[in-house]
Amino acid sequence: MINPRVVRGVVGAAGLLAVAEALGRSGLVDPVLLPPISTVLAAAFQLVVNPEFLADISGTLTVWGGGLLVAVLIAAPLGVLLGTLPAAELAVRPLIEFLRPIPSVVLIPLVTLLMPWDHGIKGTVVVYAAVWPVLINTMYGLRDVDPVAKDTLRSFGFGELAILRRVSLPSAAPFVFTGVRVATAIALIVTISAELLAGGADGIGAFMIRAQSGLRTDIMLAATVWTGILGFAANAVLVRAHRWAFRWHVTKAGGA
Amino acid sequence: MTVTTVTDLHDGAGPSPASANGTVRHGLGSVIRRVWLVPIVIIAWELGTRQAESPFFPPPSRILVHMHELWFSGPASALYLTEEASANFLPSIGRLFSGWALACILGIVLGIALGRSRTLFDYVNPIFEFARAIPPPALIPLFIIIFKIGTPMQLATIVYTVIWPILINTIDGARYLDSLHSETAQVFRLSRAQRFFRIILPAAAPKIFAGMRVSLSMAVILMVVSELVGALNGIGYLIQAKQQTLDLAGMWGGMVLLGLLGYVLNGTFLFVERHVLSWHRQARQTN
Repeated sequence: MINPRVVRGVVGAAGLLAVAEALGRSGLVDPVLLPPISTVLAAAFQLVVNPEFLADISGTLTVWGGGLLVAVLIAAPLGVLLGTLPAAELAVRPLIEFLRPIPSVVLIPLVTLLMPWDHGIKGTVVVYAAVWPVLINTMYGLRDVDPVAKDTLRSFGFGELAILRRVSLPSAAPFVFTGVRVATAIALIVTISAELLAGGADGIGAFMIRAQSGLRTDIMLAATVWTGILGFAANAVLVRAHRWAFRWHVTKAGGA
Repeated sequence: MTVTTVTDLHDGAGPSPASANGTVRHGLGSVIRRVWLVPIVIIAWELGTRQAESPFFPPPSRILVHMHELWFSGPASALYLTEEASANFLPSIGRLFSGWALACILGIVLGIALGRSRTLFDYVNPIFEFARAIPPPALIPLFIIIFKIGTPMQLATIVYTVIWPILINTIDGARYLDSLHSETAQVFRLSRAQRFFRIILPAAAPKIFAGMRVSLSMAVILMVVSELVGALNGIGYLIQAKQQTLDLAGMWGGMVLLGLLGYVLNGTFLFVERHVLSWHRQARQTN
């Protein structure tokens, strides 16, 4: 028995591809500007063995992963600190609310002037964008800790640090992880934006700019397909990891 | 995988019933406890940048004076906006809101259709899962080919990005209807339109609003990205132009402006949401 949901999904995807292909071949659009989907997918397959593209993907992965790592290392401890000190959280909140909405990409012009290092420019911008979801989820997670559990430990004579380690951190961990997942998606978006805007030596965005200026739309769109595959794979891995790591946690947010 | 208001600092940050009953003195104290750090940070910023005298980090006072000169010293008839300000701010904000509004309409209509029909959802789910995973900036080159540089390209970028949180939250909100509500609708023989406006839409509203707020802040980001990539006006364009002419105080001014814009948009949205959804909160409280 084949699951009817899978069948419908395949039919839907195939239908969309067929329509896109027909549109591309109909002559309604210039095939040089907008090649048919089969050409794009074929180009996407060929990119796997293209050493130039592989170098660009590794550039993107370096900035993406590195930026994310630095962001988590900054935001998670800071979030724990602020989450356990309500007075500090209250004072810092207006600053966060002002800084958070500043789109990190507008920092590119400034950071470009300050830094000569290509990956550093992109990485800085990624860190700025990825810090917020982790920080806020960590703070929220710590605020949401069951007070009864904390009081129980306290009445058994455990110190504040022990309570943090045994109760607060484990119960906040799923929230932190959700923050990391959101940050991962944002970090990929910002990485590609920075590569498109700041160019640089490598990166999928830089590859797309080169393909575009060479009027190779098919290769450019093939790179777009790969960014989708990267985003999809990262999210799938993190969702699995979340389910596996927090089997014990009934998530209230429904965010699993 | 829905966006909930979990990531929201304002949740639970509003005045609790206890503090609302407090005295004026108590209210003043809580305001001070909330904002005392802001002036300290601004003063430290001012002193630090004056000390450093770096051309890249102008002191905030100079940024403010420069912002006033550049943008807010126009004639009263133009609401004190200078020509540069109205030629760049208004198109930006226009694109931001029209893109967001378009995404809201499309997202809510599509989302309710997909939330109510499992079959339809099964057909499009894989497509959406993949389309959602593509980082929107990677589509900008494609949108430039299709729409050329200009407002339609920027609108397409904004709509493509910000529709996902609305769509997914709406699907989720519309799917899980309280069986009591749907049975009541059957008993009273509500028409399709009545069911839509009286039952489905209100039931999904809290989730829809959560999605709309997330996408509003995303719309600001994509507005700027699309203006940095290819635009002839706009706040993002202005920031880039200031950088290229090495007017760094002007560049900082643009960044401050975006921070203010985001802050005001988020605050306004929360205010509106509180009023529109007040019935929902009341209903929850009486349960």
